[in-house]
Amino acid sequence: MIPLGHYLFVSAVLFAIGTAGVFLRRNLITILLSIEIMLNAVNLTFVAFGRQLGGFDGQIIVFFVMTVAAAEAAVGLAIVIALYRHRESLNPDAFTALKW
Amino acid sequence: MPETIAFYVFSAIAIGASALVIGQRNPMHSVLLLIASFGALAGLYIQLDAPFVAVAQIIIYAGAIMVLFLFVVMLLNAPQEDAAEWDRTHPLRQGVLARFGSLLALLLVVELVWALLGTSDVDRPVGEQAGAAGSVRALGKVLFTEYVFPFEATSVLILVAMVGAVVLARRESDES
Repeated sequence: MIPLGHYLFVSAVLFAIGTAGVFLRRNLITILLSIEIMLNAVNLTFVAFGRQLGGFDGQIIVFFVMTVAAAEAAVGLAIVIALYRHRESLNPDAFTALKW
Repeated sequence: MPETIAFYVFSAIAIGASALVIGQRNPMHSVLLLIASFGALAGLYIQLDAPFVAVAQIIIYAGAIMVLFLFVVMLLNAPQEDAAEWDRTHPLRQGVLARFGSLLALLLVVELVWALLGTSDVDRPVGEQAGAAGSVRALGKVLFTEYVFPFEATSVLILVAMVGAVVLARRESDES
């Protein structure tokens, strides 16, 4: 059997990759993809702990996380499309109208 | 033993594909690689005795959300970062700010590893105490009794997200 720590380690690495993507990439779509990676890393933690502790709570939380991720992707991509119509760019540095 | 091998193979695919997602210049390749990563994660979920989550991962994430991403990438005519822009903004050729970003990500790794090493009980194999965790029927029962209110609340959330997406992505010329 695989120790719980191994799953947590994989999850931690995935979360760090997602964080690095949000920090480093300058493309709105890739940034949204990085957020999905982070959500999945957290899902893996939930399922691993849920298996460790028994019961269904971990899996049910993952179900709700997936629902929220779907809603987030739909709204986020709609915003990306609207921004692209305005600026013809996906570089977040191009959207500085609200910057003081 | 095959379990262990499968775990390492799936983990390697998930981590490798996710790392490549960050490294691609073409968003189309990023999305396709992320689908591979999600497939490997579904394999991990099956190992964790969570078949419902594994199937939902394939259907919702790889099937629905990633198709949405692919659709948007194609709709925007794959606006890949051009080479000059890439060279200018690539993390390795970047100035203080991006180095600061990578530093923060590295710090996060260090902190997470430190937290993992400090946690007791992580060496216990997963699923030592065998429960009925794998049963989809029991999961459905819990979802529709104990968690029925959050479940119904998600339907409102999805409705709001749908309306919001339609309003946000509408062409401005329609408004007049």
